[in-house]
Amino acid sequence: MSDLTTNTAAPAARASEYDAQFGDYFALLKPRVMTLVVFTAFVGLLAAPVPVHPFVGFCAILFIAVGGGASGALNMWWDADIDAVMKRTAKRPIPSGRVQPGEALALGLALSGFSCVFLALATNVLAGGLLAFTIFFYVVIYTMWLKRSTPQNIVIGGAAGAFPPMIGWAAATGSVSVEAVLMFCLTFMWTPPHFWALALFMRSDYDDADVPMLTVTHGRRSTRKHILVYTILLAALAIGTGFTSVGGPIYLAVALVLNALFLKGAWDIFRRDETMSEADNFKTEKSFFKLSLLYLFAHFGAILVEAGLARFGIDLLGAW
Amino acid sequence: MGIAHEHELHQRRRGRNIGVGLTLAAFIAIVFGLTIVKIGSGDFSSATAPQGAGEVQSGN
Repeated sequence: MSDLTTNTAAPAARASEYDAQFGDYFALLKPRVMTLVVFTAFVGLLAAPVPVHPFVGFCAILFIAVGGGASGALNMWWDADIDAVMKRTAKRPIPSGRVQPGEALALGLALSGFSCVFLALATNVLAGGLLAFTIFFYVVIYTMWLKRSTPQNIVIGGAAGAFPPMIGWAAATGSVSVEAVLMFCLTFMWTPPHFWALALFMRSDYDDADVPMLTVTHGRRSTRKHILVYTILLAALAIGTGFTSVGGPIYLAVALVLNALFLKGAWDIFRRDETMSEADNFKTEKSFFKLSLLYLFAHFGAILVEAGLARFGIDLLGAW
Repeated sequence: MGIAHEHELHQRRRGRNIGVGLTLAAFIAIVFGLTIVKIGSGDFSSATAPQGAGEVQSGN
């Protein structure tokens, strides 16, 4: 942890007057991020060609979610100093003094071990191992190392959030295939434009915390260019996935519409400068960020629909 | 011997204790459910089981 400890002194004093509630510990698991993990892992599990017993499938998703939550708790433990500085994260359980750092560490470590072992027992060792690697990647590679040392933190660290569909697939099949890798790549390529758009309108947060986001190290003009380039690469990947076994006509229709909208949003961001953005309070950047949330859920939702149709033997285009 | 007088601390920690209790109950239910499913699908059949005993595995 860095030396920004003076900011956490007041919350620490308040902590002795407050007993953490169950909800405070639950908040350590980053429940909003967990919804993405649960949904993409669920899609990976159901899109796999091997059927899974519903209860085993439920447990697999639960353990993946708990593992994701555990990595969130460890992330909050390590980042408590910069969370206290950033407006977006100042109300998290540790910087606000509701939970002690040691409690977050203990909870994170215990749930990490529990989730990996139980996922391996419930499904297979590969799935448990992939979950363990994901936690390691997010906590050690991203949180402890990359986040504070390189502007490419989001690009490489995005891999951690991209693993859940692959883990879901591995839980069902016991292996990793091209389709699982494509689902991984979809989330991986989506992460940078999603976070860089956020960084553009959460202006001072990353500056204040000395986190080397692209907006800070390379400037806001360069960030706009990066968003456009990554969005173009993402569009090619997302539409290309439509021609694989996890794709199909519904997925392709969704991908074409959303990627057209996403590309337009990225182009609009690229064309704007700071004066234009400040004039309308970053309206385009904020709408691009909101669209990015819909983008990912809709793509995985379409994969889920395609898997459901295939499961019930419904073939919309016989020759697809 | 039980606690005769409820301390204010017990009130403050009631929500947390109920949450932990429900989590533990859910954990027991999950382990029990997984055991039933695994035994039912033949995942725990021994190596000396008669040939064909493992053919009904669900693939997980």
